[in-house]
Amino acid sequence: MIVKLALENGTVFTGENFGAEGEIAGEVVFNTSITGYQEILTDPSYAGQIVTMTYPLIGNYGVNLEDLESVKPQVSGFVVREYFDFYSNWRATSSLGDWLKKNNIIAIQGIDTRMLTKMIRTLGALRGVLSTTDGDEARLVKKAKASPEMTGLDLAKKVTCSVPYKWDEIDRTIFALAPQAASAQRNGRRFKVAVYDYGVKQNILRRLTSYGCELTVVPASYSAEQVLALNPDGIFLSNGPGDPDAVKYAILNLKKLIGTKPMFGICLGHQLLALALGGKTYKLKFGHRGANHPVKNLHTGEIEITSQNHGFAVDWKSMDGSKVELTHINLNDNTVEGFQHRELPLFCVQYHPEASPGPHDSDYLFAKFVKMMEGQKISSTLVVQ
Amino acid sequence: MPKRTDIKSILIIGSGPIVIGQACEFDYSGTQACKVLREEGYRVVLINSNPATIMTDPDLADATYIEPITPEFVELIIEKEKPDAILPTMGGQTALNTAVALAERGILEKHGVELIGAKLDSIKKAEDRQLFQKTMRAAGLEMPRGGFVYSYEEALKIVDGIGFPIIIRPSYTLGGTGGGIAYNIEEFHSIVEHGITNSPIHEVLIEESVIGWKEYELEVMRDTKDNVVIICSIENFDPMGVHTGDSITVAPAQTLTDKEYQYMRDAAITVMRAIGVDTGGSNVQFAINPADGKMVIIEMNPRVSRSSALASKATGFPIAKIAAKLAVGYTLDEIPNDITKLTPASFEPTIDYTVVKIPRWDFEKFKGVDDTLGVQMKSVGEAMAFGRTFKEALQKALRSLEIGRAGLGADGKDLFNHRKLSPKSKAEWKKRVKDQLRRPKPNNVFFLRYAFQLGLTIEDIHALTKIDPWFLFNIRQIVEAENELASIVEDADNTQSRTPSLESRLAKVTLEILFKAKQYGFSDRQLAYLWKTDEDTIRTLRKKHGVLPVFKTVDTCAAEFEAHTPYHYSTYERENESVRSKRKKVIILGGGPNRIGQGIEFDYCCVHGVYALREEGYETIMINCNPETVSTDYDTTDKLYFEPLTVEDVLNICEHEEPEGIIVSFGGQTPLKIAKELEAHGVRILGTSTEGIDLAEDRQRFGALLRQHKISHPKYGTAFSVKDAVLVAEEIGFPVLVRPSYVLGGRAMEICYNTASLREYMKKAVDVSPEHPVLIDCFLEDAFEFDVDAVCDGKDVLIGGVMEHIEEAGIHSGDSACVIPPFMISDEKTEEIIRITKKLAHALNVIGLLNVQFAMKDNVVYVLEVNPRASRTVPFVSKATGLALAKIAARIMVGQKLKDLGVMDFDFRKVKHISVKEAVFPFSKFPKVKMFLGPEMRSTGEVMGISSTFGASVAKSQISAGNALPEHGTIFVSVNENDKNEKTLEIVREYVKLGFKIVATEGTSKFLTAKGIVNKQVFKVQEGRPNIVDHIKNGEVDLVINTPLGEESRLDEYAIGWAAIEHKVAFITTLSAAATAVKAIGELRLGKLSVKSLQEFHQAS
Repeated sequence: MIVKLALENGTVFTGENFGAEGEIAGEVVFNTSITGYQEILTDPSYAGQIVTMTYPLIGNYGVNLEDLESVKPQVSGFVVREYFDFYSNWRATSSLGDWLKKNNIIAIQGIDTRMLTKMIRTLGALRGVLSTTDGDEARLVKKAKASPEMTGLDLAKKVTCSVPYKWDEIDRTIFALAPQAASAQRNGRRFKVAVYDYGVKQNILRRLTSYGCELTVVPASYSAEQVLALNPDGIFLSNGPGDPDAVKYAILNLKKLIGTKPMFGICLGHQLLALALGGKTYKLKFGHRGANHPVKNLHTGEIEITSQNHGFAVDWKSMDGSKVELTHINLNDNTVEGFQHRELPLFCVQYHPEASPGPHDSDYLFAKFVKMMEGQKISSTLVVQ
Repeated sequence: MPKRTDIKSILIIGSGPIVIGQACEFDYSGTQACKVLREEGYRVVLINSNPATIMTDPDLADATYIEPITPEFVELIIEKEKPDAILPTMGGQTALNTAVALAERGILEKHGVELIGAKLDSIKKAEDRQLFQKTMRAAGLEMPRGGFVYSYEEALKIVDGIGFPIIIRPSYTLGGTGGGIAYNIEEFHSIVEHGITNSPIHEVLIEESVIGWKEYELEVMRDTKDNVVIICSIENFDPMGVHTGDSITVAPAQTLTDKEYQYMRDAAITVMRAIGVDTGGSNVQFAINPADGKMVIIEMNPRVSRSSALASKATGFPIAKIAAKLAVGYTLDEIPNDITKLTPASFEPTIDYTVVKIPRWDFEKFKGVDDTLGVQMKSVGEAMAFGRTFKEALQKALRSLEIGRAGLGADGKDLFNHRKLSPKSKAEWKKRVKDQLRRPKPNNVFFLRYAFQLGLTIEDIHALTKIDPWFLFNIRQIVEAENELASIVEDADNTQSRTPSLESRLAKVTLEILFKAKQYGFSDRQLAYLWKTDEDTIRTLRKKHGVLPVFKTVDTCAAEFEAHTPYHYSTYERENESVRSKRKKVIILGGGPNRIGQGIEFDYCCVHGVYALREEGYETIMINCNPETVSTDYDTTDKLYFEPLTVEDVLNICEHEEPEGIIVSFGGQTPLKIAKELEAHGVRILGTSTEGIDLAEDRQRFGALLRQHKISHPKYGTAFSVKDAVLVAEEIGFPVLVRPSYVLGGRAMEICYNTASLREYMKKAVDVSPEHPVLIDCFLEDAFEFDVDAVCDGKDVLIGGVMEHIEEAGIHSGDSACVIPPFMISDEKTEEIIRITKKLAHALNVIGLLNVQFAMKDNVVYVLEVNPRASRTVPFVSKATGLALAKIAARIMVGQKLKDLGVMDFDFRKVKHISVKEAVFPFSKFPKVKMFLGPEMRSTGEVMGISSTFGASVAKSQISAGNALPEHGTIFVSVNENDKNEKTLEIVREYVKLGFKIVATEGTSKFLTAKGIVNKQVFKVQEGRPNIVDHIKNGEVDLVINTPLGEESRLDEYAIGWAAIEHKVAFITTLSAAATAVKAIGELRLGKLSVKSLQEFHQAS
């Protein structure tokens, strides 16, 4: 079936649909990972976005029940050069197309994805409409233009959980990094971590659990008081979609929480911490989405190859350098990739140490969080005595 | 960390001659290393015995040594040049092994030289399989089960625990020489014995078979700060069990989830850390069990490799260049990415296309060799192609291979047309196809297509081949598309009562159909075949519908950043990225995949042509499809198109670029073959006209031209049938040289001494027909042969050099050793050769390079053939004389004059040193192959010996060729009836004079005794024990002189030749070579061999 992708700049691509039927608008972005389409599709940070894979052959290994970052695909739409309904992998349980259809995601194949990528690179992320129902190109372009801009959108509230829940799962596949449970224990008790779910990727939960943490995942709107009532050893701020500056309630809660407990933020969590500390965020031209971004750890001088997915970034000039310290930068464009507080047990990164998809180079950050909680406990014990 | 300043001078070790398993990829890496290190301000000293390489250009290093790559010679160079460091990671296994030997013998320590790029400890951990296995297990990584043994008895103990099939890998051998897969105890015995003999340390690994598992490779780089990046993942189309060099390989990996890929990536990083490679690139090979994802490590190479060349070309990330920088202390984040300029090299390239590499084999040159593919590499070259789909890349790679195919079948060369098979023959074919697929063979990819056509399913084929179903699905898609394409005109045919017109047949072809066909990689030639028309009609039809290729960019980053490097490939999509500049431009066509007869020499010429034209201010555009080469390095030319060298693909680029002209005479036969058609489509051919090329190649016309100029040539004739052939041969007189009309590297050529053998040859070897006549030449027995390379500008002719062959006529010039300047010819005859060369250059209106082959018998000079193009010997002549012939030729082709280039004073006869070129053969890879030289070329590479004396140059060339001559000891002589003559006696007496003892088998022994030469008679193989083979194996023979005896004693010849090769005993098969060798030995004994750089040689001349 024919499907059209119309962009706000007037360009229309016509291809073949391999997902559900219908029509949807979204911000068109590209991801340069060669592998990991299933993780990308289920990453809630892609809410509201039509994702283009730059690697042309997609579907090769089907989908399985393990490589999920949330219960279902979260993207608005999916764009590839050549889709493979035939798949080959021992873990696969279904073809990608069937799974997308079942989850009502429109997907287009057979278009010049490199041309689209170059267009996004030059013009910036573009709003677009994917449609199997409307063949009128001019009308589709109009719809694209009328669709909401990403700036100012709070999408976290759309993807967060509705009620708190406990998480105790680790990656049990043969590919899992070795569990680090021993490191997060003290006197036989595991660290309790409250996880703010702004659209959390499950591998973050699996990694934290694997480091021995006991997780309570709470909705994005959970108040600071409610979180503290859980008496956690640490607070984790998850990744998520949309404009960080639009998630005002989260920023307010974080302002209250900063300094109370060790905190670790990833992606949107990192941006929200910056905002809560009085900084500013801005929209990148076309964002960072891929699994090959070099990030320099300014403490060690080492390069980490990182998994990234963000359209906004922290403006370092807006941050108070006497309070916070820049810890990580992106070597491609020198943007902020991580910072930590100079006094408080608080640090965060823009990229994804939980990988999935992507390299495991930055897994040490989870250990760092655990260490931070350990340090904190000793000091609080001292206070009590 | 910035670059090191404590080292000033670096010695780079090259990889020596092109052999199976070690080809021009190391010229590519070495050339990059030379360039980078000089740019960084280091003094670069280079050793490589291979004169055909670009890296041995005197311009690329401060001191270039064309010397044998042995610890002894390297030490001489160290003594003389006093380098601070040695970079051994650019020259393949040869360089690594040499470095290890230098370190172990204490030579490095003695001279205070440091190994950079890889430390001794790391090399040993990676190369010594036992240590490797230990290191891997200690790092928590899995390897196949097994162990190391030094005897068959020990091997038996291991096989008991594992069972069959089982893998046997000898330690420290090239391309896995001597290894194999044993399916039963008998095979096991023979492979183990063979492996123990082949391994320099007599060690073999007996290992659990992971045959049929999926095979992967990761290219990894690591710096001193422990930053590790993966450059590229490669998935093998052929499963485990086929050597990677013999596998179709695909980048990136296609059937791994991210979880699996990251698991592998982590393992690769662990391997790098455990081995301790911290200043360069390596590759790590993995096997994965498709049933449960279990992953094991197969091996790693702590150096750049064939796959690094491939990964560099596939991603645009210059691995060798970066590895060289890491070796001198830079870290990845300090090096900018050449392609994006703004981003650093410390990232992992990502690609938005698929790359397919297909090996090229030359089994037809080695009759009787088992062409089943296994753990020992047998291919001689490879072609690679880009596509936005796997199907497109696969079909493009297949038409790049120069095997006459236009894609995956449907080109008129198929074994059958499945649409026309009777049920009975269909069943027969089905059986045959299944049998074929059960064993990995060179052309099996075509049989996959047949299998689908005959109704086999993906499951059936997977069961037979273990090829991943995803790849098979893609093949099936191509087959289905072909059926659809064929049905379009077949339907049209069926609905017409009379033979339909072309128009009505093609009327049904729409833009959509054409576009899809092109996206699936179908060439115009395939479409023409399917639609029963010609290629031109398809081209016109395509243009009419606006179905034109676009050119995409290879940019390391999938378009995320702006690319500055114009490195392109074609595909069929919407946006074209290749921008035509306003500069005057020239397209140079490369040589395509390496094969016997067409190797690195032509890449040397192409690259030199490019260098010269860049200096002249032209925009140079290269088209080539060989990933190993320097010509496909994106910074060699201004613009690179990685594309097949077919009329269709080249024309597409010409039409887009509109060059001033195109150069077809540097890349060997490949570009020459398509020159006429390109010209017919309006492309201007630079240099000698296609008319001149035709005149030289058309025997009738060329014969007439020679007669007109009163130039002698051997009598010849053309036969269109077997009967004809006999008549022609009888008229010319035996012996005759017979060959099919189209030849490359003397394929299927033979010398026939009588009617019977001629008939036999005609029946067996040739498919003679009016379209494919057979050429018959008078064979000038015992004639001397000469080669001349020259450049003509239309007026003046510059003679680059006259080379004298060491072997007499009848041995292919590519296989013959030769010497410059000639040593056994009078000045008068040299003058005559030069005179004739000049006359021919003018008669053929040569503009550019010209190669003439001469024979001299009874003081008469005959012309054998003329090639108005770059020849195999151009680099050798250039290295020998210091005259950059190919560069001069390129300038001439764009209109310059020899006079203005200031080269007309050059006279090769004034060169004071003597250079000897020797051919290198792949016999050690092919047990049971005939080891004698003939009119059919079988060498894969060449080496050069250079010194002030003939003997020393010969001696050096023999050492480099792996055939080092003994200074004393025992010689085994066995000559055929023809050779039982005065010449033989003279030669043997020379050896006796030098104190050599002679042993011989009955016939030769009696002959020598009768003529008063003392010798000891030994048994032939069947006569009893100990026989000659035992003597060789026992180290009692130091040199074998064995001239071919013909069919009757073939068994003995195999056994003797093989024993000599296995035990590294010098082996000589012609009397002329024996005569040369004795001279060399004489001079060898006068004093120690010394080293001198090319720069010194050339300055002295």
